[in-house]
Amino acid sequence: MISAVQLSAEVLAVEVPYWGQSLLRVLGGIVAVLLPAGTIVYVFLFKMMSFMQSRLGPMEAGPYGSLQLVAEVGKWLQKEDILPTRADARVFKMAPIVVLVSTFLLVAVVPFGPDAWFTNFEAGVFYALAVSSLSVLGILMAGWASANKYSLLGGLRAAGQLIAYELPMVLAVIGVIIQAETMNLQQIVLAQNTGSIFGFDGLGNPYVLTQFVGFIIFMIAVQAELTQAPFDMPIAESELVSGYMTEYSGFRFLIFFIGEFATAGVFALIASVLFLGGWGIPFAWFGWTDIDSVANWMNLVGPVIMITKMMLVAFIIMWVRFSYPRFREDQLQRFAWKVLIPLSLANIAATSIFKVVM
Amino acid sequence: MSITDRVLGDRQRLAYIASQAADARLNVELETEGMTLNIGPQHPATHGTLRIIARLDGEQVVWAEPSCGYMHRGYEKLAEVRTYPQVTTLVNRIDWLGSFANEVPFILAAEKLMDVEAPARAQHIRTILFELSRIANVSLFLGDLGVQMGAITPVFFAFRDREYVLNLIEGATGGRFHPNFDRIGGLKDDLPKGWIAETKAVMKKLRTFCDQIEDLLFGNEIFQSRTRGIGVIPRDVALQYGLSGANLRASGVDWDLRRDHPLPMAWNKADWKVWTHPDGDSFARCWIRLQETREATKIVDQLIDTIPSGPIMAKVPKIIKVPEGEAWVSTENPLGEMGYYVVSRGELGPFRVKIRSASFNNISIAPWVLRGVYVPDIVTVLASLYFILGDIDR
Repeated sequence: MISAVQLSAEVLAVEVPYWGQSLLRVLGGIVAVLLPAGTIVYVFLFKMMSFMQSRLGPMEAGPYGSLQLVAEVGKWLQKEDILPTRADARVFKMAPIVVLVSTFLLVAVVPFGPDAWFTNFEAGVFYALAVSSLSVLGILMAGWASANKYSLLGGLRAAGQLIAYELPMVLAVIGVIIQAETMNLQQIVLAQNTGSIFGFDGLGNPYVLTQFVGFIIFMIAVQAELTQAPFDMPIAESELVSGYMTEYSGFRFLIFFIGEFATAGVFALIASVLFLGGWGIPFAWFGWTDIDSVANWMNLVGPVIMITKMMLVAFIIMWVRFSYPRFREDQLQRFAWKVLIPLSLANIAATSIFKVVM
Repeated sequence: MSITDRVLGDRQRLAYIASQAADARLNVELETEGMTLNIGPQHPATHGTLRIIARLDGEQVVWAEPSCGYMHRGYEKLAEVRTYPQVTTLVNRIDWLGSFANEVPFILAAEKLMDVEAPARAQHIRTILFELSRIANVSLFLGDLGVQMGAITPVFFAFRDREYVLNLIEGATGGRFHPNFDRIGGLKDDLPKGWIAETKAVMKKLRTFCDQIEDLLFGNEIFQSRTRGIGVIPRDVALQYGLSGANLRASGVDWDLRRDHPLPMAWNKADWKVWTHPDGDSFARCWIRLQETREATKIVDQLIDTIPSGPIMAKVPKIIKVPEGEAWVSTENPLGEMGYYVVSRGELGPFRVKIRSASFNNISIAPWVLRGVYVPDIVTVLASLYFILGDIDR
């Protein structure tokens, strides 16, 4: 995406001024958030879910219903923006934006190619995990400011759940950090693609193989962070109507909706960076050894590979979402604290022992 | 005059008083307050316009009470100004998912008063249609169960396979939802050509559907953890609250009007089983309904092979006048015991009709069973009690 900056600088040999670079970064970031969100909504929410449920899904708007999302966005934009009488107007209006902002902040550290990154940040993993919990704030704001009992229940449930599942997520990633010896996402990609499994380097060393426990815990935690089934108690449309989103309509609901699927996309991107080798294909195939020796065309192929891996991970997320009934609030808390956290701690211990011994 | 009155404006004074009050409240020991949650009348979990007033302590229900009547349509009163054949059109709409089953007890009551009995063929077809409407009703329950717990996929399977049953009912009666097919003394029409073979194929599909639902939902750990041990109704309580149907059988009471009650219907001509479950929790109620759907397909399969030949209508006068008297007939409807108490004064229409619908009695246990459960369990317990709004409010 942002590769355009470096590409234009190196390949086309055109100097881009600083403000131009910044502008391109911002535009690239918007594309990197909205494109996966739109793709996920159409491919998974509209089509895959329909096929799972023996129906066709949208077929009218555009060829094979592919413009349905455009139509939906048009519909939402036309709707009245309702503000409940007793709502806290400023907080109510701000909440969806806070949720969406956390998604945009999250995508900033994801690398898409050897030179295609928004920020090459040394503590990238730390930053990503930190900003991902910003959305809790937005959700709590929405739940509280709506002046609705259902919203309040939903918001409180969401806060409890997101905090509980933040921990296993962090602990699951620590295994990767130990193995890669860095918190820089670009370096983690590099470590996976230059690595080898028992001397065989044809596959690199994607950490999903060595850290599969961490990967599973990470995916479960992602599912909970996205408040999707089986962890969708905060939304729980059959009892809380729509949880913290109950009072939102029109454009503000649209922001929540985009935020939900954009976050799914970005978390899928992060999962593929941490566990599936990111933008890289095993470097041994091309005789690359480090980041500088990677050919320039990877800046164009990298994003494509990333999107492919993201779709794979997003498929798993959505598959589970459409299949499972939901946990009760106390059950999912118990699952986080009594199962996931001890398991991820054991995973960290095992990883450290292997790291020291081998 | 105090200092606040002189120096400050009205708004500032109010803000000052409010801040003083807030400080005073903080000094009092922190006390948690309960919250009253109105679930309904417009709410996705209430299948219509049931309202449940729940007093919550955190997420726990301290006290809950259903408030019925938002959809009261006055069928008992309306029946008084209609002739006997016209009443079936009304009672069709009580339990709208299994509407043919609503007509049968009323017609049987009228026949009892007139001392008419439908011919054997009509009895057979009545029983078959009765069981088909049970399948149409309960299969939707099985799908909806998933939706109430957040699994959105099973409900589409339920709608897909229920469609086959509705097609059958439409093929025989001409109406998908409101057949209005039962007549005093028999049935409106005979079965159409090819209907029997089609029914056999559909019953096979429905059994596959039951297996699918069992795999998708009943075997799922999350589903089990959400239903097992939740909303337990012991045997005594179930009897005291007058539960009927699957809700009663799930509490371990071996009670089925189809088997225990001698009626001019054909259930005793088929070989089937009444399932009971000792647990009495939400899971037991759902499981009993699943087994009942299977049994219903078996009943239909057996009866369809043994339909006797003969007329479908007994000899009844053109203009039906029911002799003076009172009659009570109840049958085992998809939702439970449904009965009609018909009082006749020898006129064209009934003098008084009392409708005993199953859901009204089944929902009456809600205050008892909802006490102490969590908010998410309200939905699952209500779903497993299984009510149809029209059946509560009539």
